[in-house]
Amino acid sequence: MSHQSDLIEKDISAYLKSHAEKGFIRFITCGSVDDGKSTLIGRLLYDSKMIFEDQLSALEKDSKKVGTQGQNIDFALLVDGLAAEREQGITIDVAYRYFSTDKRKFIVADTPGHEQYTRNMATGASTADLAILMIDARKGILTQTKRHSFIISLLGIKHVVLAINKMDLIEFDQNIFEEIDKNYRNFANKLGFHNIVSIPVSALGGDNIIEKSEKTDWYNGPMLMEHLETVQIEEQNVSAPFRLPVQWVNRPNLDFRGFSGTVSAGNIAVGDEIVALPNAKTSTVKGILGTSGEKNHATFGEAITICLEDEIDISRGDVIAKINERPETTDQFQAHVIWMHEEHLLPGRPYLIKTNNQTTEGVVTELKHKINVNSLEHESGKTLELNEVGLINISLNQSIAYDPYTENKSMGSFIIIDKFTNSTVACGMIKFGLRRASNVHWQAVDVDKKSRSEQKHQKAKILWFTGLSGSGKSTIANLVEKKLHATGRHTYLLDGDNVRHGLNKDLGFTDVDRVENIRRIGEVSKLMVDAGLIVLTAFISPFRAERQMVRQMMDKDEFIEIFVDTPLEICEERDIKGLYKKARSGNLKNFTGIDSPYEIPKTAEIHVNTLDNTAEEAAEYIVQKLVS
Amino acid sequence: MSLSHLERLEAESIHIIREVASTSSNPVMLYSIGKDSAVMLHLALKAFAPGTLPFPVLHVDTTWKFKEMIEFRNQMAKHHDLNLLVHINQDGLKEGVGPFTHGSANHTEIMKTIALKQALNKHRFDAAFGGARRDEEKSRAKERIFSFRSETHRWDPKNQRPELWNIYNTRINKDESVRVFPLSNWTELDIWQYIHLENIPIVPLYLAAKRPVVERDGQLIMVDDERIPLDENEEIMHKMIRFRTLGCYPLTGAVESEATTIEEIIQEMLLTRTSERQGRVIDQDTGASMEQKKQEGYF
Repeated sequence: MSHQSDLIEKDISAYLKSHAEKGFIRFITCGSVDDGKSTLIGRLLYDSKMIFEDQLSALEKDSKKVGTQGQNIDFALLVDGLAAEREQGITIDVAYRYFSTDKRKFIVADTPGHEQYTRNMATGASTADLAILMIDARKGILTQTKRHSFIISLLGIKHVVLAINKMDLIEFDQNIFEEIDKNYRNFANKLGFHNIVSIPVSALGGDNIIEKSEKTDWYNGPMLMEHLETVQIEEQNVSAPFRLPVQWVNRPNLDFRGFSGTVSAGNIAVGDEIVALPNAKTSTVKGILGTSGEKNHATFGEAITICLEDEIDISRGDVIAKINERPETTDQFQAHVIWMHEEHLLPGRPYLIKTNNQTTEGVVTELKHKINVNSLEHESGKTLELNEVGLINISLNQSIAYDPYTENKSMGSFIIIDKFTNSTVACGMIKFGLRRASNVHWQAVDVDKKSRSEQKHQKAKILWFTGLSGSGKSTIANLVEKKLHATGRHTYLLDGDNVRHGLNKDLGFTDVDRVENIRRIGEVSKLMVDAGLIVLTAFISPFRAERQMVRQMMDKDEFIEIFVDTPLEICEERDIKGLYKKARSGNLKNFTGIDSPYEIPKTAEIHVNTLDNTAEEAAEYIVQKLVS
Repeated sequence: MSLSHLERLEAESIHIIREVASTSSNPVMLYSIGKDSAVMLHLALKAFAPGTLPFPVLHVDTTWKFKEMIEFRNQMAKHHDLNLLVHINQDGLKEGVGPFTHGSANHTEIMKTIALKQALNKHRFDAAFGGARRDEEKSRAKERIFSFRSETHRWDPKNQRPELWNIYNTRINKDESVRVFPLSNWTELDIWQYIHLENIPIVPLYLAAKRPVVERDGQLIMVDDERIPLDENEEIMHKMIRFRTLGCYPLTGAVESEATTIEEIIQEMLLTRTSERQGRVIDQDTGASMEQKKQEGYF
């Protein structure tokens, strides 16, 4: 086994040489809570002699104290790292483990099985070449198995090992093994895996992990470790078109100007003609600086710095490609996303979209459908919650160069970041760019109301709140504005405070002045709607005719009349500003409801009743009405 | 065609280091002078060649490091034209805090953990590279490469950002900071192998030589200066020893060894089988102690 090679003792130099040249794969283990994942990983570490003596003695001690295997070693304790997990006896996050054999070095992502941590599985799968799916032989294919399979296929894993575990508990029954294998292949045929290998194992007893088990003489396939050591992972990225996403512009002095990054696909040589995207400037490779100095040639995976013949303007986030193998550029694309945060997706809210080295602002313009991770069926929806998967359209505020995720993981992946909390809220896999024909940003020649409001990803509107003094118009309008703002809408609230003291300070409260007041507010609102804004107005506006006048200034569907319905006696009882008292005592003339009429709207689009609802409930109701 | 595992690790680390330099406004590299720091510094120099490092290097000096470590540090700084910052907790120094008088836990807390926070606050660094590896210790296996710290430098293991592909979310809010571990995916063997292949200079204490030691509580402690109080019945021995990790000399146990070359170190490491943190006095508590220290701000 590993590190036990005689070479270590006899010829350490030769051993080191062979060790330096060995290969490398990363895999992920997924399974349900009690399938024995941690036990399997503990077993691989133990059997490949990666556990040191002091760790082993601690393990023996812990096994007797908190282990679940009586006096035997509980391998799961080796990998259950965080204190909280030890208490709960489950794995709650993704953990990475390292071991190597004489043939390969392995990095294992150990990820939890229960549904609420799907995001961690996606995290582990994003860097894995292969997945081991743990199956409890007594239970067969579970919903969780299907969910895990879907997620790893979405993340582009092509190699699957079905570790059918706990064979000792079903007396190593060949029929059960074959039944599970058949069922799984039937289920997985649409997931695009290149190969599926089923192995009957007992992680606890070590059967078919390293050594062939005597109890499965009917099984002729590889042992688990043997398969991991020999499986061929396609180096699809080596033969793919060259891509260098520029990470850092290296300009230490006036004589040197290089573009640094990690080659995400293909290869490049000195003398090759290149193009930098999205600006499409071209040049020729003058020199390549690798990790061991100057070189003529670089390939997938290397961290390099490229120098060019011409002084062209390239910055971080640009992608260098060969001139005849360009990636596409777009500012709108369709992508699968996995939502990873408790705060659900808000279409229309501006998020930060980080692709390879490039951070732009973008909004989700459409949720095409959700995908039920258990049934794989498409479902409609307005938002994505934590751990939900969906197909979305995204619009960016600048163009990026990309490749579809299935062709180049690094050029087709992105994360979504909340602008205010900086949390990573989702990850995405680009399917394709949306055609320019549907791209309103670039097509718009005349800047008009439509283009202005589409740039803000909204429909310009006026929300006209009307109601008696003290009915709660301003309070509710304020709450509605806050809610709209939080979802990325561009708004403006006109109310007594910002109109009566400025624009309309020459007006009093006679009927004529009231009409002029509303006319001016209407005209200002119209300009703001033309600018693409959602305008909220909170005025008593007692006369039907003036409300109708403003309605007619606007285009169809732009004027939303909202009647804040509070009976006079309640308003008078509240009398927040003391105005009713003044009016009743005759110190305030022409007060609506007392000595001036209020004409109740007959055609209001939205009617809120403040007796049965709090201001917050009323505001939420209005926002819901607007969205639907 | 495809890269060996060391080449892949090297490229990954350089990618991480460049990403921080590109996206953080005031990064710093924590330099502990040990072998992992040596590899991290070597990778950073490669990342920005032919230029120099675009950020300073910080050493938190507890004043109890081995003399040879400090000499080595100063040589490296000169040789690579580093912007070396050295921080000492002056309050602790005034009070004469040390492992012999205040105990290892207090000493580490005051001269290392608090000193580090002081230095990070003083210079307002928003990103700090550390040389920790995930294979060192169980709680590190779950830490992200980009690990966020609150304004009080605390780590919340339950609230870590998902980290996918090689796309790192480096954004932080005001007064938060991020610790970045470019060597996360390296193992102890990888580190030695790389030092060997690349001829990376390391502090000579890693190689065996005859050195003065005393035996205490089963550990061999080197007599590095006169500050070590000796019992009457304690006698200084001269033994062939080396160190698997380096820190404060009173807290770092030596191993008896004949390994005087890197190759022999690797050979010895592969044949004797105790994990490297065993020599650190601070770790030998219960299983969860490192996690607790990390939550409190220990690197």
